[in-house]
Amino acid sequence: MTEPPFEPKILGILCTWCSYSGADGAGQSRTAYPPNVEVVRVMCSGRVDPSFIISALADGADGVLVCGCHPGDCHYVNGNCKTAARMTVLSTMLEQLGIEPARVRLEWISASEGTRYAELVAGMTEQVRALGPLTWNSTADKAVSL
Amino acid sequence: MSKLKLGMYCAAGCGGCDISLLEVHEHLLDIVAAADIVFWPAATDFKYADVEAMPDGDIDICFFNGAIRNAENVHLAQLLRAKSKVLVAYGACSSFGGVPGLANLYPIQDVIDRAFTTQSTDAPSGRRPSASATHDDGTLVGLPAIAGTVTSLAHVVSVDYTLPGCPPSTDRVWEVCQAVVSGALPGSPAIVGAGSKAVCDDCRLEKRGTRVTKFVRSHEIIAEDGRCLLEQGIVCMGPATRSGCGGQCTDALMPCRGCFGPAGDSVDQGAAMVAVLGTLIDSEDEDVIRRTIAEVVDPAGTFYCFTLATSILGRARAADPHTEVRS
Repeated sequence: MTEPPFEPKILGILCTWCSYSGADGAGQSRTAYPPNVEVVRVMCSGRVDPSFIISALADGADGVLVCGCHPGDCHYVNGNCKTAARMTVLSTMLEQLGIEPARVRLEWISASEGTRYAELVAGMTEQVRALGPLTWNSTADKAVSL
Repeated sequence: MSKLKLGMYCAAGCGGCDISLLEVHEHLLDIVAAADIVFWPAATDFKYADVEAMPDGDIDICFFNGAIRNAENVHLAQLLRAKSKVLVAYGACSSFGGVPGLANLYPIQDVIDRAFTTQSTDAPSGRRPSASATHDDGTLVGLPAIAGTVTSLAHVVSVDYTLPGCPPSTDRVWEVCQAVVSGALPGSPAIVGAGSKAVCDDCRLEKRGTRVTKFVRSHEIIAEDGRCLLEQGIVCMGPATRSGCGGQCTDALMPCRGCFGPAGDSVDQGAAMVAVLGTLIDSEDEDVIRRTIAEVVDPAGTFYCFTLATSILGRARAADPHTEVRS
């Protein structure tokens, strides 16, 4: 029996005001896009504690996509600015821990950008598919006899 | 009342924890009045065979310091667990993997290559220590197998108490010793010798709610006394670190490095610190924000200086069956 092809599991965390509405718009206009991103809705991308992302990766997600309002459009004035700062340093930190930056992304999606959301999901799914499942480099970690 | 039996062991650590127990100074006389030291390789001449000969549960309380790096560490952890009624993870390495845990940022073969082939190593023959090395007279001097990842004590055996710190603060160590003698230790498992809040709670430096326009390392500026170090742009782990030390480092205007581990119920210091830094930047321009936060040097090594091995991703890696210790 041949192995089924790898389907990446991606956690999407979308702010309710812009990005979730945008994703909703993609659905309402019947735009087809891959089903690999499973969405959790939060009030603001600023609500996304970095431990949510880290826990998702530890618990089996191959990637995490965080979406919020464009800078300047945040319903809570500057929640997305905090997210931009956190995601920048988180990306560097995760890269040091062996997790490719393409697996964890922050994108701004407005309520009217349903098409862009669909393209984003399609693009990220293919990127993560190309990277393969998120695993630790098992052979490198093997215990060795000095 | 018969005297308590006390053990102390150093696994993959620097020996600082052994010294921290001596730092109680004249109280050491009170400790030896209440307890017999039955095993403490750094201070007394006991052999592993002496411990192996003890009945199970013979040691009343054993302070185990140092991380789990190799098969010898695992063997002693299992041995001392069996021989001790109460096993205490003493210090940051034993509690969280500590600084040795930073080796987990690299594949183990890279760590070994770094140790034995860099400029600081004088080994023109290229010989490596090995499990099957022999003396000239033929005696086997095999070294214990090194584990794929550094782990905490609790990763290999059950631990009753965790006493964090690098090393644990002297006052806290003495409090815990008194609690041991008077039987006032809390129910296990528990963190002892530490608070439940963040270091900021004990820090004397004042927070004024100002934000920063750049991040610097502590050697790059002379910190202004009396003012929160984070608000001066120095990456201080205080908000992400458990209280208990009394803010000793920040009192001397050195940023907290996080040796008491995650604060409160948090399990991941790196995630907590990323969250904190995100709120600090004085700008609402995305490019400026990204440029500013990118000035934070070595985030993984800074935020997980003592807790990489027990961080969320560190645990995930250690749980990989291929990283099991070969003992």
